[in-house]
Amino acid sequence: MAEPFLIGEAMTGGYGGADILHSCTIAVEKGQIAVIVGPNGAGKSTAMKAVFGMLKLRAGHVKLDGEDITALAPQARVAKGMGFVPQTHNIFTSMTVEENLEMGAFLRTDDFSDTMAQVYDLFPILKQKRLQPAGELSGGQRQQVAVGRALMTRPKVLMLDEPTAGVSPIVMDELFDRIIEVARTGISILMVEQNARQALEIADKGYVLVQGANRFTDTGKALLADPEVRRSFLGG
Amino acid sequence: MTRNLALFAAVGLLFLLTGMFQSWNLALSILNISLISAIMALGVNIQWGYAGLFNTGIMGFTALGGLAVVLVSARPVAEGWAAGGSGILLGLFLGAASIALAIFAWNRLPKGGLRMAATLAIVVAGFVLFRMVFDPAVNAVEAFNPATAGNIGGLGLPATLAWPVGGLLAAGAAWAIGKIALGLRSDYLAIATLGIAEIIIAVMKNEDWLARGVKNIIDMPRPWPVPYEVSLQQSAAFVDWATRWGFAPTTASSIIVKLIYAALFLAVLLAVIWLSERALKSPWGRMMRAIRDNEVSAAAMGKDVTRRHLQVFILGSAVVGIAGAMYTSMAGQLTPGEYNPLRFTFLIWVMVIVGGSGNNWGAVLGGLLIGWLWLIVESLGPMVMGGIVAGLSEGPLKAHLIDSAQHMRLLTMGVVLLLVLRFSPRGLIPEK
Amino acid sequence: MDILNALVVFLNFVFIPGLAYGAQLALGALGVTLIYGILRFSNFAHGDTMAFGTMVTILFTWWFQSMGISFGVLPTALLALPFGIAITAAMTLGTDRVVYRFYRKQKAAPVILVMVSLGVMFVMNGIVRLIIGVDDQNFADGGRFLISAGDFKTMTGLAEGLAIKSTQAVTVVTALVVMGLLFWFLQKTRTGKSMRAFSDNEDLALLSGINPDRVVQVTWIIAAALATIAGVLYGLDKSFKPFVYFQLLLPIFAAAIVGGLGSPIGAIAGGFVIAFSEVMVTYAWKKVVTYLVPESMAPEGLLQLMSTDYKFAVSFAILILVLIFMPTGLFKGKSV
Repeated sequence: MAEPFLIGEAMTGGYGGADILHSCTIAVEKGQIAVIVGPNGAGKSTAMKAVFGMLKLRAGHVKLDGEDITALAPQARVAKGMGFVPQTHNIFTSMTVEENLEMGAFLRTDDFSDTMAQVYDLFPILKQKRLQPAGELSGGQRQQVAVGRALMTRPKVLMLDEPTAGVSPIVMDELFDRIIEVARTGISILMVEQNARQALEIADKGYVLVQGANRFTDTGKALLADPEVRRSFLGG
Repeated sequence: MTRNLALFAAVGLLFLLTGMFQSWNLALSILNISLISAIMALGVNIQWGYAGLFNTGIMGFTALGGLAVVLVSARPVAEGWAAGGSGILLGLFLGAASIALAIFAWNRLPKGGLRMAATLAIVVAGFVLFRMVFDPAVNAVEAFNPATAGNIGGLGLPATLAWPVGGLLAAGAAWAIGKIALGLRSDYLAIATLGIAEIIIAVMKNEDWLARGVKNIIDMPRPWPVPYEVSLQQSAAFVDWATRWGFAPTTASSIIVKLIYAALFLAVLLAVIWLSERALKSPWGRMMRAIRDNEVSAAAMGKDVTRRHLQVFILGSAVVGIAGAMYTSMAGQLTPGEYNPLRFTFLIWVMVIVGGSGNNWGAVLGGLLIGWLWLIVESLGPMVMGGIVAGLSEGPLKAHLIDSAQHMRLLTMGVVLLLVLRFSPRGLIPEK
Repeated sequence: MDILNALVVFLNFVFIPGLAYGAQLALGALGVTLIYGILRFSNFAHGDTMAFGTMVTILFTWWFQSMGISFGVLPTALLALPFGIAITAAMTLGTDRVVYRFYRKQKAAPVILVMVSLGVMFVMNGIVRLIIGVDDQNFADGGRFLISAGDFKTMTGLAEGLAIKSTQAVTVVTALVVMGLLFWFLQKTRTGKSMRAFSDNEDLALLSGINPDRVVQVTWIIAAALATIAGVLYGLDKSFKPFVYFQLLLPIFAAAIVGGLGSPIGAIAGGFVIAFSEVMVTYAWKKVVTYLVPESMAPEGLLQLMSTDYKFAVSFAILILVLIFMPTGLFKGKSV
């Protein structure tokens, strides 16, 4: 089997002190959606940050499209085609929606108006509100701005850290629909989700982490069907 | 420990060398001012080292201490006091009362336009009333014999009593400023204290009725038991004693006076250190340091951080006030024009940082070392600069350079502060 | 009742001086607020940066004057200003490289940076005094008045004169141009937007590939330019004295905090609020009121709320009111 498009393989490390990740492996294929789920404190966000280079690894490596990027800083990974949407503080609240998108495209020297148009097509509400400060938008709209900002670099992989945290169920469904749409354009999606059931429903691949290690890895559907996963992690 | 002793010995040696190569009189003058500075540094260290509070208004608290000396120990001006003393007191009382009433109204009335209007009305009416009572009284006081008095005078009490009063005045100001600026982010305290210091100095310069403003009050009585040089020189026993030991009576008298001052200051210094070391080792001190090191977790554990900060801010300022009173009573005169933030605020900071913030002995060492450096450069600077530019031909440039030697001090202190912050941020004697 | 004359007195002694002073404070506060927004500390050295920039400009002015270069009716100092800005910018960039950068990389607490800025303040203060001395320097030349009081009286036939000093006009015009340029830069250019982004959300700015070193450098250059312009305008309007520039720190900080630290528009509003309050509280209103009320009611006192010696108290009082009632300022600054 060919190597996945993005893979964090056997990652071990933590923030200075004790290791949080123990030989954890996360991968995503081109144009697919991979979801990391697990109980609180399982190291879900840490695993994603490790893939993005915000965490120093003691062992293991990260490869993007076959290239080893373990040593690169997060900013350099952005340049390589990775987009990251943090869980909180993921927009520039004092700047307009349009300026947020422009800042997303900061590294690009070419004309990015077509990318912006694509983002507006994907999130029409943002086009309406493009001259409003992003901080004045609702929770769901802010998340759209955050995703839109990350899309402006035309990433090959988009990483989302709990994109639906704190939004209503209706908004959550809409966000997931948009994420599927993004994946259809050929962008790989790697996301951490608290709402495990809904997330696994749209996932091509699911990773259940417990205490910083892989517990179950399968397709989203298979995990949803697995009685043990259901019992332990999906509440029956 | 040996290292610390060696550091103190080295600083002591600096003073000895100054005495031997310059003059003992100079060495002792520098020592006395350095001792006072060391007490101020202790006060600042209580605020910064124990609690992480950044006070940039040390000058103001020093000046309040000086004002206390005038109010307590200067000669009474009975006529001035009779002319308007009661009016001034009444005016100040009315002013304070209207502020208190305004605060009361603001706190008690329900939110809305009425509250705003009522509070404003109280403030405006209070201000008008204050001016109506206060202004004529001030004019009456200042009209009496303006060439030598024109003020309300002091109480004529012993000068030593003024020291704790200076501490109280400073503590009062610290309470007011701390109430407002503590609990907000750290920069605000720095800016607010910078402001209050400027205002205190402005008041002291301009309110002639209080302490004659820039006309200064001179010849204030000395604190017990310091004698006057003149009376020593007139005492046959003293002259006899001095000549027997081979000293000139004039020199000996001024050295004796300075030594007595030094002993007094040292006693206060040791008392302050003893008290603050005890406080630091008490549960209270441990709590203060816990708050400093992690405010959030201390607050989570139910400590009232702002209240503790207010306590420590008041205590530290009171120590500075006491030192300020000592400074003025040693000088025997209050000259508001001399208070300058670079010398009276920021130099003290350099002392604390260089000595070792969080460590009382460090603050004292810093006070003595930087105090010595600051004053010795004053007397040596022009000489050294003269030597450097000796080769230049006479002219405006040479005169300018020699003139500007005194400004080298600021530069040197700034460089010292930056170097210490960078390369030895914990200071010469670090916190244990 | 003589509303016209009252208005002229008001304009002459309150409005125009307040406007000029407000513009100077606003420019100073803009520098403080920008540094706060980007570097996240209150720069105590800003007053002395102003003094440094003004000193350099004065030295160039003297040099130009000695060569017989002048700027017609405008002060020669305006010609020297770009040189002053360039050297001051080099100085602030150098300071950042030698001093501040170390603490930034360490992610030192803001209070440590404030203290470091204190050290920088000492050094700059020393340098300025060393080079130009502590005395007053008057370096305004060119035309004295745009309109003199006498001309105004003959022109209008009013009893009161309205004088507009050319330095006041220069101050207001220059300040408007500089503020316009600054806002254009911050709102419209890529670098300006990246500065706002960095100030808003540093982590996300880094994620977006914004180069922090570049943002910081540009900030120092702009702060140096603002400080120099503010200092030169103040010096032209009044006079240059190093210690006074140190003391300007209080009204400038007050202006920045009143407006909301980190908010440029707030800094401008704050500058004018502080300036007008200071002028109005320390102005003796007797003349204005005498024109406005019937003769029998003419006031006897000066109607001065506070003596001019206490002008610092005014900015301080406003600062305190803001700290009590709205600690984030008029325009919602940021809090650390």
